[in-house]
Amino acid sequence: MNPRRILFTTQRILQQLRHDPRTIGLLLLVPSALTGLLAWTLSGRPGTFQTIGPQLLGVFPLIVMFLVTSVITLRERTVGTLERLFTLPLTKGEFITGYALAFALLAILQSILVATLSYTWYGLAHQGVPWRISLVALCAGLLGTAFGLALSAVAHTEFQAVQFMPAFILPQLLLCGLFVPVGQLPVALRLVADVLPMTAAIHAISNFQSTSYYAGQFAILVGFIFGGLGVGAATLRRRTK
Amino acid sequence: MIDVKDLRVIRQGNEILHELSFRAGAGELIGLLGPSGSGKSTLMRSLLGVQMLSGGTLQILERPAGSASLRGALGYVAQSSSVYLDLTVEENLRYFAGILHEPRSEVGRVLAVVSLTTLAGRVVSSLSGGERTRVSLATALLGSPPILVLDEPTVGLDPILRRDLWRTFDELAKSGTTVVVSSHVMDEAAHCARLLLLRDGRLLFDDSPAKLLAAAKSSSYDEAFERLIESQS
Repeated sequence: MNPRRILFTTQRILQQLRHDPRTIGLLLLVPSALTGLLAWTLSGRPGTFQTIGPQLLGVFPLIVMFLVTSVITLRERTVGTLERLFTLPLTKGEFITGYALAFALLAILQSILVATLSYTWYGLAHQGVPWRISLVALCAGLLGTAFGLALSAVAHTEFQAVQFMPAFILPQLLLCGLFVPVGQLPVALRLVADVLPMTAAIHAISNFQSTSYYAGQFAILVGFIFGGLGVGAATLRRRTK
Repeated sequence: MIDVKDLRVIRQGNEILHELSFRAGAGELIGLLGPSGSGKSTLMRSLLGVQMLSGGTLQILERPAGSASLRGALGYVAQSSSVYLDLTVEENLRYFAGILHEPRSEVGRVLAVVSLTTLAGRVVSSLSGGERTRVSLATALLGSPPILVLDEPTVGLDPILRRDLWRTFDELAKSGTTVVVSSHVMDEAAHCARLLLLRDGRLLFDDSPAKLLAAAKSSSYDEAFERLIESQS
């Protein structure tokens, strides 16, 4: 792994996004706007937002980053730049790490923005340690990036990549404990829910006071991120049939 | 420089290249000609080491094609522009130069070679097809690789630009670069020192353009190619 080539790749991806301010705007503002909308809809039931609000900080970044990453890497495959890069001295690890860093930066900005607005304007009054929740939001964004990278290998068109969002993300959303606590799910579903990354994100956020539990769920999330990045790297083929 | 022996490539059950063999030395300007679907791109991708081979051997600079040590030794222009459409010309070149550990001055040099200096600040998606091809070519020239593999770089360009590009290829070859250029336009054969004619994945002819015309007793490359096919079937 050569840090120079990784940073060149990160810089290039950020330059691409800079030429597309609308995408940056959507990336940063949509999760904040959605959280605000939720707070507003729940304004008559103040207690509910205090529970669900922080949990959604672990959901929105995952969805947004998943979409952006899968489309941008898919484009890299279809336009032929990936093939060109593979004739150059850039390793798969450097390529993937470059992507992860660029999107990690965006995920950080995104989570700072959502958390700041939630704690100031939206009236989230979570007692203490907002950084623990922000950290999970960051992980969720990175998780979206990791899975987006992996799934761009399966999708052949940008249209398909977008279709993977409901297929891949929505089941996790239904099972993660947001609608029905995982403990009250039918046994078969509970077993599935327990191994899904979004469940770990929600668990970490809902139980942030217990340091050991939080750390455990956090470790699971980080494991998923590296697993997803590993799968992403494995699906990159220097030679094709 | 290039040593291809009994190369076979099968894609999705179809044999695209049938036991192809040829060798090329330093400073050769080789035209790889043939109709679309004849296997030109597959052969070029094989040279670059991004195509899985089904048989035979392919050595580049005495190493098997696709070896890690060959990365950066071949400049490549694919049929798709293979540059970032949402970056400027200069940002594209700076990135690829960075990956190749080439200094920034190299970006200015390759831009001048393909006469794109004035467009350096333009976003690639706002450029015409011909200009995009030249951006791709500039990228391939970064670091002056010993071998250039150019897949239909002159398609859709105006005649003046085409002539200029062929001059550039000629100069590169004279300076010792092995240049392999593909085209489906037979008349482009006139610019090459050596022709490889490909049809249905087989090599029909491997010699100078003058020899092709003489053998076919014709003055047109299209006609010569036709006669060559008829004589072999």
